[in-house]
Amino acid sequence: MTVPVLSHLRALEAESIHILRETASQFRKPVLLYSIGKDSSCLVHLARKAFFPGKIPFPLLHIDTTYEYPEMIEFRDRFTKEIGADLRVYTNDKAIQEGANPYDLGTAKCCHLLRTRGLVEGLQEGGYDAAIGGARRDEEKSRAKERVFSFRDREGRWDPRNQRPELWNLYNGKVDPGESIRVFPLSNWTEMDIWRYIELEAIPIVPLYFAQPRQVVLRGPTVIPLETNVKLLPGEKPQTVTCRMRSLGCTPCSGAIRSEADTIGKIIDELAAFRRSERENRVIDHDQDGSMELKKREGYF
Amino acid sequence: MAAITDNRTIALTHFTVSNRDEKPLLRISTAGSVDDGKSTLIGRLLFDTKTVWEDNLEEISKSKVNRASHGLDLSLLTDGLRAEREQGITIDVAYRYFSTPKRQFIVADTPGHEQYTRNMATGASTCDLAIILLDARKGVLEQSRRHSRIAWLLGVRHLVFAVNKMDLVDFSHEVFDEIRAHATHLLSGMDGVIADFIPLSALDGDNVVTRSERTPWYKGPSLLELLETVDPPHVAAAQPFRMSVQMVIRPHLDFRGYAGQLASGWVRVGDPIVALPSGKRSRVKRIVTFDGDLTEAFAPMSITLELEDELDIARGDLLASPSTAPRVARRLHTTMVWMSEVPLDKQKTYLLQHGTRVVPARLNGEALALNGIGAVEVETAELLPYDTYRDNRATGGFILIDTITNLTLASGLIEGEVREEEETLESFSDAPFTPAERRKIRALLAHMKRFGFSFDHEDFEQGEGI
Repeated sequence: MTVPVLSHLRALEAESIHILRETASQFRKPVLLYSIGKDSSCLVHLARKAFFPGKIPFPLLHIDTTYEYPEMIEFRDRFTKEIGADLRVYTNDKAIQEGANPYDLGTAKCCHLLRTRGLVEGLQEGGYDAAIGGARRDEEKSRAKERVFSFRDREGRWDPRNQRPELWNLYNGKVDPGESIRVFPLSNWTEMDIWRYIELEAIPIVPLYFAQPRQVVLRGPTVIPLETNVKLLPGEKPQTVTCRMRSLGCTPCSGAIRSEADTIGKIIDELAAFRRSERENRVIDHDQDGSMELKKREGYF
Repeated sequence: MAAITDNRTIALTHFTVSNRDEKPLLRISTAGSVDDGKSTLIGRLLFDTKTVWEDNLEEISKSKVNRASHGLDLSLLTDGLRAEREQGITIDVAYRYFSTPKRQFIVADTPGHEQYTRNMATGASTCDLAIILLDARKGVLEQSRRHSRIAWLLGVRHLVFAVNKMDLVDFSHEVFDEIRAHATHLLSGMDGVIADFIPLSALDGDNVVTRSERTPWYKGPSLLELLETVDPPHVAAAQPFRMSVQMVIRPHLDFRGYAGQLASGWVRVGDPIVALPSGKRSRVKRIVTFDGDLTEAFAPMSITLELEDELDIARGDLLASPSTAPRVARRLHTTMVWMSEVPLDKQKTYLLQHGTRVVPARLNGEALALNGIGAVEVETAELLPYDTYRDNRATGGFILIDTITNLTLASGLIEGEVREEEETLESFSDAPFTPAERRKIRALLAHMKRFGFSFDHEDFEQGEGI
């Protein structure tokens, strides 16, 4: 008998579905962290597949920093409604009332308050014991170290030097009250796999990923789309550039790339020719050496 | 939901053919002693296959640490933690992804320090092939021996011995042959192992991606050529059907589906199946996926099975074909790799996780300590369907979890069952428990019951011991 081989994308899909089902079964109150980006879109799509013909058995949680692109919020509300998902939104209102913003505090501190603390508090408020995220190991080198089921203490902190062993596909989700597990079903996907899967499955994504002429300001090597909340620095002039986002984050911290790619097919071709990483345009990853690891230890995704 | 009554059937090619120039995947791990140059080798593979982003290269060229005598310190590409870069060692496994025109690769770069052997095991457990690095000046060390054995125990059947730092022994043919003979000796007793030997220099790139002119006596492929051409990993679809039930999907009264990922084999509509350990039987009515119904499915697909009969099947049950069903036992001979600072304790009750089933278990055998490997007898609180790990990597392995700390303590490989006449383990309920242990186990049993685990072993649940 000739033994067929599952295609690479279907093998990744099957692995992710297995992880999502383990999460739904092993935890009392899991939640899917929904960031609205392309990886989150794939994650939600996989969750729909995992529990079919049932519904996704956990809510989607968006940590809204209030510095998101308006297109993202519009997409979030429409998409989650279409698929009948249970969307929850959490904002660190206290920090914002106390004046947290990237212009006065700097991006590192702002990110800590609005994303990291927002996330930790959002998870605590909901009493969630598992948080599913779309992080991939190929994104960044401290993420390359993460387990699929990654333990967090009561403060949401990661101890990278002392992770639980993880053998085969046997995931240990045992935690005591207050502790939690971050679950990464897309651990083994690469940026290219994500785009090929979006193409294969025709998964809806935020229009910001597609190239079109946009009003931007050029800040050093970074192309910053002019959206609400982006303040011009002295001497900066808006101009029109055909560009798109390769990775989505807050408006003041995510740069666009010059690109003509206005279809998924063109994005894949463009990606194959890229020589620079996806997170290069994320200002917060480069605050200092080992930036992402430090943020992750504090509770960032 | 309209979709539930929609029995649209899709072809299996939906899962076997994808959209664009897709390449087969090989999962590999690297292991070896500290300072053998594992991270440098992976850095070299990534660099020479042009997988490294330019901004990452710029970043490591700016890094305060550089251990390379000349040029870039390629080990910095994989050592992702600050402590690792500062100390120049690898603490935990890092996963790297690269592809060539022929194949895609996932590389698990695992630590060499004995202290971090459990992280090495984590990396090796999901791999098809392991590269064991040897330092040409030092030959086969205790750590190389341990890593080869662990990789083999965890189911990795193809070992590639990369004799590194050949530049420091003048690319000596004699040195290489000596090490090869020594390493070959180490493989005796490892059934079914395939071994290759390559002389290389990760620092300079000899025989990593391209064949080196400095080893004219070596006629074999470069490391990358070998990785691109080795036989694909053993195909789980060729083995008997096994599927652990992850959950019961029951959106309404007319549908009850058993969701899981095929661990091995095939399943077709109409096939007889047996649920273990209960032994209840039925037939497959539908194979349901989000994309449509299938008439057949194979490992490692994730599916949902609807059966002809309403059976009491729950998470933890193992579905198999009655003609090729696994054996069921409560007492097993196993080999364990111990991964905790706290040694094996025969007085304690552990949790054993096998597939999706979690059962209390007690141990008898060597007092294994951190990184120890040895024979351990296991007695579980309820029947466990099992294969030996030689027969089936997926249903022959388990992990042990501490009931108090929740930590994963050990990985286990099932060798076979203990026959009736072998009297070794004392009974469960005689064992003394501390009050804290009793509370914990009670809470645990209640918790597990809520999630659909069944406990047939009344003594354990209500007995004096707890």
